[in-house]
Amino acid sequence: MTRKHNILILFAHPRFERSRANARLVRHIPKSGHITFHDLYERYPDFNVNPAYEKDLLARHDIIVWHHPFYWYGAPPLLKQWIDVTLEFGWAYGPGGTALKDKIFFNTITSGGPRESYSREGHHQFTVQDFLTPFRRTATLCHAVYWPPFAVHGTHRLDEAGLQEQALQYQGLLERLLAGDFDPETPQQYPYLNDWFNQTKP
Amino acid sequence: MAGDFLYQALIYLAAAVVCVPVAKKVGMSSVLGYLLAGILIGPYLLGLIGGEGQDIMHFAEFGVVMMLFLIGLELEPAHFWKMRRAIVGLGTLQAGLTAGLLFALGMAFGLPWATALAVALALTMSSTAIVLQSLKEKGQMQTAAGQASFAVLLFQDILVIPVLAILPLLAPALATDTDSESHSLLQDLPAWLQTLAVIGSVTVIYVSGRYLIVPLLRIVAKTRLRELFTASALLVVISVTWLMEMVGLSPALGAFLAGVVLANSEYRHELESDLVPFKGLLLGLFFLGVGASINFKLILDIPGLVLGLVAGIMAVKALVLLLCGRVTKLGVDQNLLFALGMSQVGEFAFVLLSFSGQLRLTDGPTTDLLMAVTALSMTISPVLILINEKYIDPYFGIRQKIEEKSADEIGEKHPVILAGFGHFGSTIGRLLRANGVEATILDFDSDRVELLRKMGFNVYYGDATRLDLLKAAGADEAKMLIAAIDSPDTNFELIRTAQKHFPHLHIMARARNRFDAYELIDLGLKDIYRETLYTAVHLAVDVLQNLGFRAYTATRQGQNFIQHDETALRKLAVQRHDIKQYILSVREQIEHQEQLLQTDLHENLSETDHSWDGEYLREIIGKKTK
Repeated sequence: MTRKHNILILFAHPRFERSRANARLVRHIPKSGHITFHDLYERYPDFNVNPAYEKDLLARHDIIVWHHPFYWYGAPPLLKQWIDVTLEFGWAYGPGGTALKDKIFFNTITSGGPRESYSREGHHQFTVQDFLTPFRRTATLCHAVYWPPFAVHGTHRLDEAGLQEQALQYQGLLERLLAGDFDPETPQQYPYLNDWFNQTKP
Repeated sequence: MAGDFLYQALIYLAAAVVCVPVAKKVGMSSVLGYLLAGILIGPYLLGLIGGEGQDIMHFAEFGVVMMLFLIGLELEPAHFWKMRRAIVGLGTLQAGLTAGLLFALGMAFGLPWATALAVALALTMSSTAIVLQSLKEKGQMQTAAGQASFAVLLFQDILVIPVLAILPLLAPALATDTDSESHSLLQDLPAWLQTLAVIGSVTVIYVSGRYLIVPLLRIVAKTRLRELFTASALLVVISVTWLMEMVGLSPALGAFLAGVVLANSEYRHELESDLVPFKGLLLGLFFLGVGASINFKLILDIPGLVLGLVAGIMAVKALVLLLCGRVTKLGVDQNLLFALGMSQVGEFAFVLLSFSGQLRLTDGPTTDLLMAVTALSMTISPVLILINEKYIDPYFGIRQKIEEKSADEIGEKHPVILAGFGHFGSTIGRLLRANGVEATILDFDSDRVELLRKMGFNVYYGDATRLDLLKAAGADEAKMLIAAIDSPDTNFELIRTAQKHFPHLHIMARARNRFDAYELIDLGLKDIYRETLYTAVHLAVDVLQNLGFRAYTATRQGQNFIQHDETALRKLAVQRHDIKQYILSVREQIEHQEQLLQTDLHENLSETDHSWDGEYLREIIGKKTK
């Protein structure tokens, strides 16, 4: 695993100019010819997603990140629109649909509530992984590998230092993925990519 | 003398200004208003004017000439040529039958045959002035009934000439032709020379129209003096009238021909707009004269005979017309409009009757009686038209629609009618077509129509405000009408016509700007599309993006702005009526802008939108925990 990976960040934020956490996360995305930052709301303010263009982008990348704030236990509507329009039958899934085979998908999310609230006993009664089931199934249906999410929880209370720490982790994660310095199977054993990154630091 | 003239002008103008608006308000045509005004100021009611009604009429007949010139202007030569069969066929049928029946009746009443024939021919004429004026006023010129009426009237205009020639022959020795009506230069010439002169003068009109008048108008137009152009327009009509009277032809007919010749020239619209006020005033004066000349003393002396004659003559004329309508396959409602509208005795009867009187074909009392009958029938006629329109026509109109439906004719009719295929309309048409929706297109540009036909569009050429064109385009069965004509006024007219005759149509209208939109709101429309709104908003959205606004935010702001502006539009449309005084329109527009900007301030769009706003949430939560 020494080959450079190409990373596609599908960023979906309807009100990015009023965001604090995501602004910092996005600022820490490494500048690299191998990372494509694709700002969906900027590109498709009219929701008219261009599937040919999107499919071409997907084909040219190995790791796809659905990066979005965690609204109402899911993603902002344009990301769903993107999935509906782009992942075509016979291309992404179904007979002959192997274009995404063995690619890696994961979500990067930000949530106002703390990590503890997303548990069986917590306020939201389900884990983030539970809520992300549709994304996991989508990736699995497309014969791709689905990893647990990179999550920044508790953004409502997070101070500057805490936020900076999270942003640096995101930067480190992406740099590691870029370098191809990982085994695609191991992250799946952790509830969060944050944990995998922190616990397997070289 | 001058004082006398001023006094008369004062009386006539005041009568018209008072009576016509009142008549209009009550729903009558302006013709009736003028006639009533004439009766009012005439010698038998207020007595403000004496017996000069006849003289006034004589002068004002020039209005009829002008009207025919204007009608000619609106008629393309090709269209006129197409009507030739209707003019000759329908005209002969109506004139022959009416004159024949009236002649038989006259004989039955014991009139000498020559008198009976002269009277019958005079009474056969219908009133061009009344009929065409009412048809134009109600926008019925282009209906089947309007076209039939026009054809018959034109034939009658032509018929006057031979009749004037025949009358002296009927009065053998008695005739003293010194005082005849038409001071024709050619009277003493042999018949073949007269014919030659007639043909010659028509040729003169045609050739001079093409090669003299148009270049002349071009020179005049270059001077940029509006009144000089008006003078030239009047000069054209007056010289044609003079020429026609010289050779003993009907001036109205000559003017009509001149109009047709000039219809293709580039000055058509200027000529029209310059002459319309003159025509209107002169026609009004003419109707005033008719009203004033009704001899009420005679009517009151022998009311039974006068009224009986009026009723009888009009009944005969109407019956013949109904038959003619039947033959040309007019629908029931159209036929009634045609027959009742044309049943009066017209202004040419005055000419023919007084001529017969001079020739001693009719004696004095008979002439007076028939003159009264003529004037009375002209007065009754607009009332008949009104009654037909209000009470009879609606009944038949409905019945006919049901009959048509059961006939189950499947034409190439689409649910969408698109009126206007300019830059705006064509975009709509193309988008619809790209989605497999074919619209029936109405357009006024003949070149474009030809191109569209070649491309397989279902296009109708013509003025979309015409009722018959809308019918032909299938407005009865269509679901939607898109009013996308370039000229706002034409667009409004189309919408009004459609609302009146096809209330089931869902009308979607183009508005040039905010003020057009107000008009459309007043018409009760809901689907109004301002061409200046969406493009301007789109541009502003792109400006915001170029300044660094997020694309989606800018787009949403644009969408919100459109909504906000639509609400403001509807609010201000109502308020607009409260402002009684209209100052200068520029000033008004500025005030309006100010009002708009004020409402914008009250509703700061970006401040009230907190969707997906992470920072806003943080602030609120922070406040709560403190």
